[in-house]
Amino acid sequence: MERTEALDAIRDVAVEVLSVEPETVTEAARFKEDLDADSLDLVELVMALEEAFDVTVDESELEGIETVGQAYDLISAKL
Amino acid sequence: MTAAGAHDTSPALVTGGSKGIGAATCVALARQGHPVTFCYGNDDAGAAATVATIEAGGGKALAVKADVADAAQVDRLFGEAEAAFGPTLVLVNNAGVTRDGLLVRMTDDQWNTVLSTNLTGAFHTIRRATPGMMKARYGRIVNISSVGGHIGAAGQANYAAAKAGLLGLTRSVARELARRNVTCNVVAPGPIDTAMTADMPDDWRKTAQDTVPLGRFGTPEECADAVAFLSSEAAGYITGALLPVDGGLGMGH
Repeated sequence: MERTEALDAIRDVAVEVLSVEPETVTEAARFKEDLDADSLDLVELVMALEEAFDVTVDESELEGIETVGQAYDLISAKL
Repeated sequence: MTAAGAHDTSPALVTGGSKGIGAATCVALARQGHPVTFCYGNDDAGAAATVATIEAGGGKALAVKADVADAAQVDRLFGEAEAAFGPTLVLVNNAGVTRDGLLVRMTDDQWNTVLSTNLTGAFHTIRRATPGMMKARYGRIVNISSVGGHIGAAGQANYAAAKAGLLGLTRSVARELARRNVTCNVVAPGPIDTAMTADMPDDWRKTAQDTVPLGRFGTPEECADAVAFLSSEAAGYITGALLPVDGGLGMGH
């Protein structure tokens, strides 16, 4: 999958799960501070990303994932 | 009285539905409009009877043999429920066993069996049901505890530990999932006329009856009606609560 294609897909999932505007989902956007996501939102986001990309994310891999860009890196490494 | 909500026909799943409070709960939920899947251990006849009762009343039911202590079996159980009726949005953790004995002489097996069925089973089912409820932004979870969980009868340390544990589990889950419109509550029955209490010695039954303020055992239907209420859409502002159905036995605890 192309980089922009994957980022767009992550953006779509984030918009749906976090109820935010697409423009706010930039690579540098931080889930908690910029997208107002609490821990339950993040769990739901991960579940939706797992489904959208057909991958599995271990709890331990979520350590340190704070921005959209970092989530992209995590997912694309599995594709 | 509020009108029935759209979610009062959402798929329900009850653990331990072949007899007693579980069977009565399945029937009550079906009457409320839910298609009901239930699991059971080995009482094939009881399970068939529960299905027959529900279908005779015009409802839908699916019986699945599964041990809630086994996460893989719980996964299969939910898979079959989803295939039949769609994602489970009403979950009742009722499966419970006793292995009574004084703690000082209790075997590991007695302890582990009761904890794994009565408490770990609820962990398995709630974990498996949560993603579907989160997606639907709706859920009703009712865990069946026991007056024994907060009174602590002698000879039931394992049962009391598991049942009291359900209350802590319920409140954590209630807090975690509240923002997704999922409620999680406990119904704590007192002495009820079921197979579980039929086995008890006569003097225990007499003492229990005399200690209950209302002076009698409860019926499975009386418990089921409480569960059906907490499972309804109308109970949407009740979460992390404990509703005793015990004739007043546990008052003040």
